Amino acid sequence: MSDTTLTDTVAETGSDKFTIVRSASRKRMRPSGSAVVMTLYLLFMLLPIYWLLNMSLKTNTEILNTFTLWPRDLTFANYATIFSDPAWYMGYVNSLIYVVMNTVISLTVALPAAYAFSRYHFMGDKHLFFWLLTNRMAPPAVFALPFFQLYSSVGLFDTHIAVALAHCLFNVPLAVWILEGFMRGVPKEIDETAYIDGYSFGKFFVKIFMPLIASGIGVAAFFCFMFSWVELLLSRTLTTVDAKPIAAIMTRTQGAAGIDWGVLAAAGVLTIVPGALVIYFVRNYIAKGFALGRV
Amino acid sequence: MNKTVNQKAWFLVLPVLVLVAFSAVIPLMTVVNYSVQDTFGNNEFFWAGLEWFKEMLESDRMWNALGRQAVFSAVILAIEIPLGIFVALNMPKSGFWASVCLVLMSLPLLIPWNVVGTIWQIFGRVDIGLLGYTLDGMGISYNYTQDPLAAWLTIVVMDVWHWTSLVALLAYAGLKSIPDAYYQAAKIDQASRWKVFRYIELPKMMGVLMIAILLRFMDSFMIYTEPFVVTGGGPGNATTMLSIDLVKMALGQFDLGPAAAFSIMYFLVILLISWVFYTVMTNLDKRDGA
Repeated sequence: MSDTTLTDTVAETGSDKFTIVRSASRKRMRPSGSAVVMTLYLLFMLLPIYWLLNMSLKTNTEILNTFTLWPRDLTFANYATIFSDPAWYMGYVNSLIYVVMNTVISLTVALPAAYAFSRYHFMGDKHLFFWLLTNRMAPPAVFALPFFQLYSSVGLFDTHIAVALAHCLFNVPLAVWILEGFMRGVPKEIDETAYIDGYSFGKFFVKIFMPLIASGIGVAAFFCFMFSWVELLLSRTLTTVDAKPIAAIMTRTQGAAGIDWGVLAAAGVLTIVPGALVIYFVRNYIAKGFALGRV
Repeated sequence: MNKTVNQKAWFLVLPVLVLVAFSAVIPLMTVVNYSVQDTFGNNEFFWAGLEWFKEMLESDRMWNALGRQAVFSAVILAIEIPLGIFVALNMPKSGFWASVCLVLMSLPLLIPWNVVGTIWQIFGRVDIGLLGYTLDGMGISYNYTQDPLAAWLTIVVMDVWHWTSLVALLAYAGLKSIPDAYYQAAKIDQASRWKVFRYIELPKMMGVLMIAILLRFMDSFMIYTEPFVVTGGGPGNATTMLSIDLVKMALGQFDLGPAAAFSIMYFLVILLISWVFYTVMTNLDKRDGA
């Protein structure tokens, strides 16, 4: 595997016909090593997910009594249970409400801040930037109790906005970092030209600048959405009934004496769906997002 | 990019400052407040000084949790970073299969954390889980609710499953930014595969790898949901990580003083380490920029 990879890299860029022919004959060899590694890795990634999907399509009798690699007695009853019971599907609605609220709030405040960081020096900018990072790194467990007391005291306990604001703790810094990374790539001359042409800051920002970093805004929105969606500790602590997220409803079901495995699995599968739907659009930016805009 | 000095930029940062102050500074001050006071209930507090800090520093409970946490983070990093780099090196560079790999690999990253726990809880069960059933069928005794070693293995494998793709994605992004000319030069010099990795790919990936290590360290250091769902911190206290212990103390037993002191020390450890990483990261940035 070792030198074939190199040959191919040369062949792909070089114009030497001989190299291309030679590499074509070796091409049969090349994928073998890498392809086996990737197949094994993807298998490892997908097997547990497949198992969940598999279970969600079985009846509880089949799950508990026979061990089958695929559903013999295919049923959608588990999904029907979720979609017909408000206690279940309102969990999804609650989750979506606070996740969307959080994404909107995070982006609204992060956009101007990221612009300031990417364009200007001001007093304490470096310290402020690092301070934001530390909030991304703060363990939610540290904040669980004070959040509970803070939001109870201002009467926001068990509301969607409370969870949305709590998630701003790590999503606002994240959004600022990602957006700053994208904004750095936009030449400063564009700003200056616009100001000379008589644009006000607001008009320039909305009409010219935001379309330029549209992909960055998309990626930041995706990451805010994602981290708010996967978080459980804070959203569970801050809600009891009215704004209870789907993730917390699932844990409560697990605590019951007889666990309804099929419904639990179906609920799990449904939580994977939103992420799986949007990931295709951001696949080329996902690394940049995780690198906080720093690739 | 050369930036201009403009103090008015503060106005643009102000909304973020207000919001983060509300959601970070106020709660943090509450924690500080509790950590130096004691109460007999009725909302009557009195000054306790550094009592709670002393108590926590002398208690085995925190040190044990910290020890388990440190071992866990170290094991996670030792497995995920090399494995992630290895996977990235084997990924197709472009085309249809690259997209397929990217999308499928990212899937575990987008699953709510308690569902990740649920998936592995089911997957590892001897009666209904594929992994547990297979291991049991092979004659290996495996029970993550009874055996501390099995519980640890389950949690480590789960975390590798959950987060290795993040390292792989970052390393892949780093690899893709290497110009072909570098490889051609290496070919002319007849450099071995290892030398290409050691002197071209690894240095070029250093920046993103630092971010990967930073993120993986931080997130594994504050892991809560996944082990909580799978083992609940057991058997015994075998998998009680710092966050699990803290939540038990603060919301379960309502020991506000000790829990607050615990929180502050926990946060300080993370702050210190993230500062070290941040300094290294910015220095790497500067070196690349020069």
